[in-house]
Order: sequence, then structure tokens, then C-alpha cells
Amino acid sequence: MKNTLDHAALAEEFNKDEDRVDWHDGALWWIRQKRDRAANQTPQWEELREAASAIKANVISNLHDYLIQFEENLKKNGVKVYWAADAEEHNQIVYSILKDKDIKQMVKSKSMLTEECHLNEYLEERGIEVINSDLGEYIQQIDNEPPSHIVLPCIHKRKEEIGELFHDHLGTEKGLSDPTLLTRVARKHLNNVFLTRRAALTGVNFAVAETGEYVVCTNEGNADMGAHLSDVQIASMGLEKIIPERKHLGVFLRLLARSAIGQPITIYSSHYKKPRPGQEMHLILVDKGRSDLLARPDFRDSLKCIKCGACMNTCPVYRKSGGLSYHNTISGPIGAILAPNLDMKQHADLPFASTLCGSCSNVCPVKIPIHDQLYKWRQEIVRLGYSANRKTFSMKAMALTLSSPEIYNTAGKTGRWLLNNAPFAINNKFNPWYKQRDMPDSSQQSFGEWYAKNGSKTK
Amino acid sequence: MKIGLFIPCYVNQLYPNAAIATLELLQKLGAEVVYPARQTCCGQPMANSGYEHLTQSCNDLFVENFSGFDYIVAPSASCVLHVKDHLHTHTNEKAATEIRGKIYELVEFLTDILKIEKLDAHFPHKVGIHQSCHGLRGLHLAQMSELVAPAFSKPRQLLKMVNGLELTEIERADECCGFGGLFCIAEEAVSVKMGKDRIADHTKNGAEYITSPDLSCLMHMEGILHRNKSNVKIIHIAEILNSSPIKA
Repeated sequence: MKNTLDHAALAEEFNKDEDRVDWHDGALWWIRQKRDRAANQTPQWEELREAASAIKANVISNLHDYLIQFEENLKKNGVKVYWAADAEEHNQIVYSILKDKDIKQMVKSKSMLTEECHLNEYLEERGIEVINSDLGEYIQQIDNEPPSHIVLPCIHKRKEEIGELFHDHLGTEKGLSDPTLLTRVARKHLNNVFLTRRAALTGVNFAVAETGEYVVCTNEGNADMGAHLSDVQIASMGLEKIIPERKHLGVFLRLLARSAIGQPITIYSSHYKKPRPGQEMHLILVDKGRSDLLARPDFRDSLKCIKCGACMNTCPVYRKSGGLSYHNTISGPIGAILAPNLDMKQHADLPFASTLCGSCSNVCPVKIPIHDQLYKWRQEIVRLGYSANRKTFSMKAMALTLSSPEIYNTAGKTGRWLLNNAPFAINNKFNPWYKQRDMPDSSQQSFGEWYAKNGSKTK
Repeated sequence: MKIGLFIPCYVNQLYPNAAIATLELLQKLGAEVVYPARQTCCGQPMANSGYEHLTQSCNDLFVENFSGFDYIVAPSASCVLHVKDHLHTHTNEKAATEIRGKIYELVEFLTDILKIEKLDAHFPHKVGIHQSCHGLRGLHLAQMSELVAPAFSKPRQLLKMVNGLELTEIERADECCGFGGLFCIAEEAVSVKMGKDRIADHTKNGAEYITSPDLSCLMHMEGILHRNKSNVKIIHIAEILNSSPIKA
């Protein structure tokens, strides 16, 4: 992805329309509240999170064995298995499967992995048309914009804006913004897509090593429509999607939809195991940085992620900056800890797009210590030289000041003196604090000075 | 009981009254309090910016200042959390380990160590509590709204002992104010928006004062309140707890 602006600049842009920020923040906070209610109604919620975290810890510690087991069972079930090291290899595999069958059109349900791989663009360049069938992703595709949220791809768009888009692209009447009517229009278009496409690609939520089946969770049933009507069914999954046994779904399916949107379970939790007679099933296992992440002990826990998006909904920075300001397919707190592993230079700003408030770690259904990892990524980014020189310079000056009581006391005095006597030196447009905030009152002596005079009088 | 009083750098320079209140309150409750004069900062501003490796001399200085006390107490949850999580030194790791175990934020020191049950304080105002994130999710000064777990709140427990004080509620009990250390500069737009929204939650629920165990959050909100000429004030919790009793 090419972009020149960092998160802070994109977020500032987003904040120019405060009404929109309030509305975006409110919509996502409402989902956070739904999540809280669902969690509170579930017996042993915290124990479930603990269990999910432990199962995933086992998976990432034994990933090699589980992947081999999964592959063997897939093959037994008649599914063709491919291994892709990176996006390029993944896209080539999908293309070769389609080309082999002379297929020019494909329907795709929601898959963040294929978004990350830029599969649609790759196939379109080679003459294959891809339609996203998840409603939110469909809307984003029409608008030629990436998803802003992994579960709610167009949460940043108002219904009126979607009405405009549909008017321009699908020929609906101008000014139509009723969500039900708009959804019906999209459904009509998509039904035609489902009926005419011979190939369907889905993502994977859970891949069961024990049986070789995989589970796809949707609310819209779009993955099922695509898969059931296709001659060629393709699934793309990241290596970390494995769970050891089918019974573990009892833990994850209870957590996923509750964490994501406060719903007890997704409407469709579909198990795919064997091709129908005459149908082909292909499954692509994609590394794309996962094994690098596995090799980073401080960060490997992020492979536990089940992509529920709860950390985004709870994150005040995400809610008030919008998913697109993260300039990465996966935005929000989880995106900020996954992205630097893929390209540290490109994503060096993301771990800093957080106050380290820790709410993300508390809602995470698999207990990834997200805010601790944000802190650790900051250290990595600086250590490897991806921090601006002037920041390093000011940090060194700060370290010098704070390591000497004498310099520190003088600096404190000078700072307070300046604020009192020459406020223009501090209260100006070069000081981002001062743009929308006044400086603290500095008319008093410091506590240290007070204590030197009065300390002995106190008892 | 000998207490080392840790007054974080920005509190020392900009909020001396909160520091004085902390000192007086601890003395009122019978503790022997010493303020080591050569203290500066816990090193958090550098560490949170990714420069933890530059905090070594800060850490050494901290250990030099605060070794040998029964407890170390500070009126700032964020700084205490940083010391608890990150204070290490090449020169005297044994002393650093001791300090990490003995350092307390003021509120938790009053409720968990001194276990106070009453206070002679009077503050006849409507007060909203701002849960600082580091106090809440780091030091567990209160139950976190994300978890399914029994409710408690140490700041609330103390403020309920204050005569005349009326606690006001807020809709988002423990949302971050957007200060976030250097975040407040680097991500100015989001930081200010977060602060404005926190303040609005307090003001629409009738707070005259916003209080907290963390002055950094309050400093940020004060800057916004002041700029917008609001009558709502910020006050560190120590100043409320140390307020004078009603004269008989």
C-alpha cells in the first residue's frame, strides 16, 4: 500500500467533521455495550476466555504438528491442499485454479486475508472479476475503498452515503437511504451473482485439525450461498486458524459473536468438509508473516487472534479516528500489533496510535496482552531505527535532564519562569498542546522548593 | 512506618498543592514521611515513547533516592505503575526489586495498607471520578468495566468518607481521557477529542469537580476546560481527602 500520511495526520483529517466522529464513536460504543451485556449473561465468561487463550497457546506451540494433521485429513476428505508463503504465491494459486477451469468470475465472502493479499486487484488485472458478497465488503468494493473494520467493513459510512453509492452504481432512486430497502437492492444484485458464478472463495474462521473440516461464520449466509452454488470452492486461511479438536468449537463459537457484536452466536456457523459429487474443493494455507511472528517471543501471542474486532469497538482511539486512518487492512489495536511484523517501516506509526489504556486486552476473547505488545513494538521500532531523528534527539535531551537533579531543577524553574514571563515562547502554534488546550498554571513554586522551606515545619 | 514520598516530575513542577496535600494527609494519618530531595522522574515519558533503553540513569537515580523505606507512596497511578513494571538497574537490582514491591499509589496505600475507615474531611461539592487507565487497568484501583467480575472502587470508597461530598456518575465509567503521555502531542486531534468527550460526560451529569488519582489525565482535561472557559474544575483526590473538616 502506498500512502504518505501517518495515523495522526489521517486521524486529524477524520476529526475535521466532529459530528461524524461523534456518530462513529457512538455506533461502535453501542456495539461495545452489546458485547458487555452478552458477556455478563454468559456463565463463566472469564473462564471461557482463559480456556480459549490456553487452547490457542497450545496451537501456536504445536503449530507444525497440527498443520500436518489438518493437511492429512483434508486430503482424506478429498480437498486439494496448497501452501503459500506470501501474498504473491497465494494469489497465483487462486489464479491457476480458476484458469485451469476457464473461470472468469468469482464470488468471495469476507476474508481479511485475501484483502491483505490484494487478491481482487491481482485477479482483475488478469481478467477475472471478483464480487465481494458480504454486504459491508460489497459496499466498500463499489466505493473502491478498503474495509475500515474487520467485522463491520463500512461502519464509517452513513446510510445516506450508501444510498448515494447505490444510486451511482446500482441505479437506485436518488435520496434512498432506508437500510432495509438498500439491503434488498444489494441482495437482488448478489443473488444474481450467486446463481451465475461457478467459483466461490471463502475465508476460514476455524480449521479443525482432528477432522480436516473448516468452519466459516457469517450472519448473512453469503459464504454458504457462494459455496453451495459453486463448482469450485476455494478457502484461504492463515496458518494460525487451526484448532486441535472439534469440541474446542464449543469454546470459540460461544466467544466469537458475543465479543464481536454481542450476539450469542453467528447466524451461520457452517462446517465444510467434503466436496459434493462433481464439485472441487481447494484449501490454501497461507503463511504471510505468521511464521516470522511465531519466531518473535514477545509478539507471538497475537497469533491467537480470532478476528472478532472487539478491541476496535472498545478502543477510544479507533472510535475517534476511524479504521481507514490505520492505513492497513486490519486496523485498530490488533492491526497495530500485527502490521509492524509485516512491514515495520510502513507501519512504524501504528503502535503509537494508542494511549496504552488497556481496554483492548480486557475485551480480547483470547486474552492477547495487546497493550503490552503495543509498548513492546514501540521499543522494537526505536531499536531498529524506525523512529524520527528529532524524536530521538529530544528523548536524549529529556533523559539527560531527568537523570540529573541539578539540571532537572533548573529546567523546571526555567519552564515555569517562561510560562509566567514569556508565555508566547510556549503558547504558540508550534506547541500542539496549546492548539486546543491551555497550559497548566505555573505561578507557584515547585513542591521541591516549598519542601526545602517548609519541610522541617511539617512533622 | 517510614514512607518515601515520590512526587513525579510534572506534579512537583506544576501541581505543588497536590503534593503538599499528599504529604499532609499521610502525616495526619500518623506516617513518618521523607521527601528525598534528589528525585526527578520515573522515566515513563521516554519508555512509553519506545526509548526504555534511555531510562537507565533515571532508574539508577530512583533506586538511589528510594532505597531503604518501608513504603514508597506517590500521588500518581501512572508513574507508580511504570515503576512497578519497569524499574530495573544494573547496579543494584536487589534494591530495585524491593522498590517495585513496596511502591504504592496514594489511594491504594490508604485503603490497602493503612486501611483507613474514616476521614476528617469536608468537601461540599458535586464530584465526578475520572478513573485513570493506569490506575484502573494497571493497579486495579477499581473493577474494570470490560470484565465480568464483582464491582469495587477504592477511590469511591475513600470519597464516601468525605463530609458533604456528592459523587456524580458518568455514562462511560472508565473510558480513557486521551492524555496518553506523548500521545497528547503526537495525536493531538484524537487526544483532545477524547478529552472533550470525557469532560462532557462529567459536566452533563452535574460534576463541579473532576477528580482522579492521576494528575496527568487531569492536567490534560484542565487544559481543555480552561480553554473553553468552563466553570468545572479539576482536583487531585489527595486535595479532597486532605480538605479541612467543618469547624465546630
